[in-house]
Amino acid sequence: MSKFKLPALSALPKPVKIVLWVLVALLAYALPLLEPPFITTPGVDFGGVLFVVTMYCLIALGLNIVVGYAGLLDLGYVGFYAVGAYTAAILTSFHANWPLLLALPVAVLASTISGVLLGAPTLRVRGDYLAIVTLGFGEIIRLIAVNTEWLGERRGISNVARPPSLGGTEGWFEIPHLYWGDGSVLLDTQDTTKFLVFGVLDQIPYYWMGLTVVILMLFADYLVKDSRVGRAWEATREDEDAAELMGVPTFRFKLLAFASGAFVGGLAGALYASRQNFINPDSFLLLFSILFLAAVVVGGQGNRWGVMVGAVLVAYLPQRFREFDDFRVLVFGLALVLLAILRPEGLFPPRRTVRAKQLEQELEVLEEGTEGEEDARV
Amino acid sequence: MNFEFFFNNLPALTITGLAFGAIYALIALGYTMVYGVLQLINFAHSEVFMYGTFAALWAVMALGGADASGMKLVGILAAALVAAMALSAAIALALERVAYRPLIKRNAPRLIALISAIGASFVLAELMGLRDRVAAWFGLDDDLDDYVGKARINNSIAGVVEAPRWDVAGVSVSSIDILVIVSAVAMMVVVDQFVRRSKLGKGIRATAQDPETASMMGVNPVRTVQMTFLIGGLMAGVAAFLYMLKIETTKYDVGFLLGVKAFTAAVLGGIGNLRGALLGGLVLGVAENWGSALFGTEWRHVVAFLLLIVILLFRPTGLLGESLGKARA
Repeated sequence: MSKFKLPALSALPKPVKIVLWVLVALLAYALPLLEPPFITTPGVDFGGVLFVVTMYCLIALGLNIVVGYAGLLDLGYVGFYAVGAYTAAILTSFHANWPLLLALPVAVLASTISGVLLGAPTLRVRGDYLAIVTLGFGEIIRLIAVNTEWLGERRGISNVARPPSLGGTEGWFEIPHLYWGDGSVLLDTQDTTKFLVFGVLDQIPYYWMGLTVVILMLFADYLVKDSRVGRAWEATREDEDAAELMGVPTFRFKLLAFASGAFVGGLAGALYASRQNFINPDSFLLLFSILFLAAVVVGGQGNRWGVMVGAVLVAYLPQRFREFDDFRVLVFGLALVLLAILRPEGLFPPRRTVRAKQLEQELEVLEEGTEGEEDARV
Repeated sequence: MNFEFFFNNLPALTITGLAFGAIYALIALGYTMVYGVLQLINFAHSEVFMYGTFAALWAVMALGGADASGMKLVGILAAALVAAMALSAAIALALERVAYRPLIKRNAPRLIALISAIGASFVLAELMGLRDRVAAWFGLDDDLDDYVGKARINNSIAGVVEAPRWDVAGVSVSSIDILVIVSAVAMMVVVDQFVRRSKLGKGIRATAQDPETASMMGVNPVRTVQMTFLIGGLMAGVAAFLYMLKIETTKYDVGFLLGVKAFTAAVLGGIGNLRGALLGGLVLGVAENWGSALFGTEWRHVVAFLLLIVILLFRPTGLLGESLGKARA
């Protein structure tokens, strides 16, 4: 399906493409205001769900650098997320009173440093060991938070600073939502979102903030992927020894991938803490590392749009189908198994993987063909 | 740092640590063998263990273990052991059939096999956690209330077995701990010898070394993988039974932490190495127990993971190195 669509899209002249992308972005921004039926989440605040979706997208993009581009299996990604969230929480509420915009860079810096500190000694270890070491790291971070009074123990930290609102508590202007009645669509002037107030009830401004960060991250990802660094990552993933022989300092690039991943994870954690206004160690269970990894692998590791789709599925579906509340995890598990069996490359594998797979199959067919001829001759 | 407590109780702490370590080692066996043959982290192995604990629990309940004593109790416990081994082995085999074989056949990337394992693990744990609802579909929830009622909370067989405490050279030791250590080590020796000497064991090692050559030499790869899962499942069943003797309670999510620990033990000893799994398990159990005596029980898991990271830094292939394939008969 995508085979026919993609060339058509990329063949369009550049201005048209830009317009199309802007339209898609606008639609994404307007999504919580449109409240389209079926897509909205009954029983849960739609804006809040969308914010969580953007956070998963951000995390999936960050983890994709580590797992998809550099091929490092990281089972403790939630550790970086926790470092970011806790740094932001400590600086804005628990031990200091900084504004969020000042604490955000520090939080991101802290998680990047934690990534380097973890990566420098452990990245020399082979793949599967790395998985278990990172898993241990994620758990250690959480247990330290549980056991340290300075970090709020189990109670957690409340009153994390929110992002600064524009235009005071009333905002600059109000945007009405749509109301979908029976066959008619109305502008609901009672139900409005104030631009741009980061309050308690209305989650939509947080979603806009998250979406903006995701779009910036996509740009960065686009630039990095096609750069020298991106190629070095992929070379390291495909064959570390060969890459090293070709003059790629693989260890340094792996460390860079790890640090970049930690950077994004910390950013997502800090933003999450700010939206949530409250964090405790239960927000950073090992389960989340697994969910993040599932998002990346389900979507198709190495493909930025694929992992975004994976993130949307992992974050959104359980919220949409809340009526099956108790069975959510069960169904999620079943879906993972089915997906692994039916689409082992993920839903949207990167084009390179698809090409490699096709080549492999062609070779196989060739080999079998000659065998068949031999049989015929005998 | 509580040095006084630590040194006063060192022998007792070591014994309990060894008992935990023995259970880790038995579970680690399943991880390490599957990894040795398939290079795959069998993430769902923890659920295999969890089902074993429930099989033991249900067997004790069904046979009236609460009122039994003497030889009858021993018989019931033996039945519980068999039940745990049977259910664990069945789950392990089903897991191989449903979640892994289709992937291995298609030569799927290893990461996707991990995802499949994670999915299977969720399904198994949640099925146990929702067993009251599943029973209700069949209209059996009232009849089976004793078994399925406490689906999401602790289920206990506390008080069934009253173990004497022995006084060994002035140190009070629980007889259960001794039983756990001795039987776990004995089982490990049996499996080790089986893999080293029997024809099937040789097939397993050959497949671990080089699957293609092994299959050309007449080793059936599918059957070998099945055997690997079967042995892992049986040992997880033994571990589950011993765990129920020692801890006495279980829950639908009990497998997760124990699985992580057991995998840690496997990596610690050198993954793919059977003797490594035993050593890794015992070292981990003792270190954890000493650590929690020194720094407080809340740091128990931190000690375990720190130990793992430190050992991997200095000896990246684990204590004994990875060698299911290289082991000589």
